[in-house]
Amino acid sequence: MQLTQRSKNVVNKEMTFMERIYLPAILKGLLTTLKHFFRKSNTVSYPKENRPFAPVYRGWHVLKRDEQGRENCTACGLCAVACPAEAISMVAAEREKGEEHLYKEEKYAAVYEINMLRCIYCGLCEEACPKEAIFLTDRIVPSDYVRQNFVFGKDKLVEGVEPDKRIDVSKRQKHKTEA
Amino acid sequence: MTALLLFSLGFIIEKATLILVLFLVTLGVAAYATYGERKIAAFFQDRLGPSNAGPWGLLQPIADGVKMFTKEDFVPNQSERWIYILAPGAFIFVALMASAVIPWGTTLTLGGLNWNLQVADVNIGILYVVGLASLGVYGIMLGGWSSNNKFSLYGAIRASSQMISYELAMGLSLIAIVMLSGSLSLRTIIEQQSGMWNVVYQPLGFILFLTCSLAECNRAPFDMAECETELIGGYHTEYSSMKLGFFLFAEYINMFISCTVISCLYFGGYYFPGLDPNWLGGLMGPIILLSKSFFFIFVFMWIRWTLPRFRYDQLMHLGWKSLIPLAILNMLLTGAGILFFGK
Repeated sequence: MQLTQRSKNVVNKEMTFMERIYLPAILKGLLTTLKHFFRKSNTVSYPKENRPFAPVYRGWHVLKRDEQGRENCTACGLCAVACPAEAISMVAAEREKGEEHLYKEEKYAAVYEINMLRCIYCGLCEEACPKEAIFLTDRIVPSDYVRQNFVFGKDKLVEGVEPDKRIDVSKRQKHKTEA
Repeated sequence: MTALLLFSLGFIIEKATLILVLFLVTLGVAAYATYGERKIAAFFQDRLGPSNAGPWGLLQPIADGVKMFTKEDFVPNQSERWIYILAPGAFIFVALMASAVIPWGTTLTLGGLNWNLQVADVNIGILYVVGLASLGVYGIMLGGWSSNNKFSLYGAIRASSQMISYELAMGLSLIAIVMLSGSLSLRTIIEQQSGMWNVVYQPLGFILFLTCSLAECNRAPFDMAECETELIGGYHTEYSSMKLGFFLFAEYINMFISCTVISCLYFGGYYFPGLDPNWLGGLMGPIILLSKSFFFIFVFMWIRWTLPRFRYDQLMHLGWKSLIPLAILNMLLTGAGILFFGK
């Protein structure tokens, strides 16, 4: 099967005079490398600059809050059911009096854990969620030395209340409504 | 007597200053040649190269130096200990000595004094350079042998046979230059190129000399002594810390000196059309010579990052069956040219 037009038949013939003095071939090679010398480098100096992600990129999950800073999640467990890798586990709790500013509905997740090593970043939890509480974002999960540290609790999943600590998921929401 | 003493004291101070400056410049150029090598290699491969140490990675050679000095200085148990320690020193010593006979410019006027920009104007200058080039193989040979490692020994043997083979062609192509100028002194050779560069009369000789210089410096495509892929570094496999640093450094010094010698022999040394080497109080000469030298360093690197390594038998075929006959032919043609046209 021929995949490209670039393959050359190898012939064991005697080299001609021009081939034997090497110099034309060497000059040709030098010109090729010189072309590359003036070409722009493709390197992305990663920690200093980031390559833009595709809008459908699925990375580190976020648990969203509403505009008043209340957690959207009601601990219904649909995400955990939908999860093919069984990475999600949660403990539900009832909202007490005086906690209305923290949780949107009467039930909330006291413990919400995603094992980032089990997670396959398929996004089914996001699709299953009826409350627009969980989204996959374009943040990369940082590396670590200890497996236990990859079990992300609410401290690493829930976004902050302050406006500058909110995680933008508009790209994912748009994607979702279109689907 | 006092006058003689004063004269000789002034002479000693002049030469000592020149030697010190030359030493520092050579080390500086060699250090930044390592940076240049990495940067140029990166550009040829569409990469960025060292960019984190200082602006554009300019402090990289210093970081490398600190790394080399602080690494463990390891001596293999089964090595010939004293020769093992001696080898890198011998290599870098020989490499540093060659710059003594190179005329860097005419005379430099500084502080009301005239400085002769050549440490020693010996009348066999070019012979001295070639002699030191062949002495350089001792450092490699001793290092490779005393390491007591078969890869090192292979590297050393390859290096010595390669250097001996290519010195012949190098010497023969040099003879054509000597026939043209009638002198072995580098100063005289350069002075005779003030009108027209030797490369015009000796294009074949220049290509031969360039090829042999690459081989003498153990540079790709003739880096048989190192052969990262086959011999894991060749003669310096067992070396670590600054001993390895000496070897690598000496190779860059050798390259710098070779490039300067090429500029002196074929490209008019400190002469450039339209520029007078006596400008700026004589500083123009060294600037011109160094610019030419840097250009050839770039060419050496360009060739290294273009051509793959020769196979060992191809190397020997090229040296003995092509370069030496061509050098003899070149010598004959030069002789005939001098006979019929009278240079």
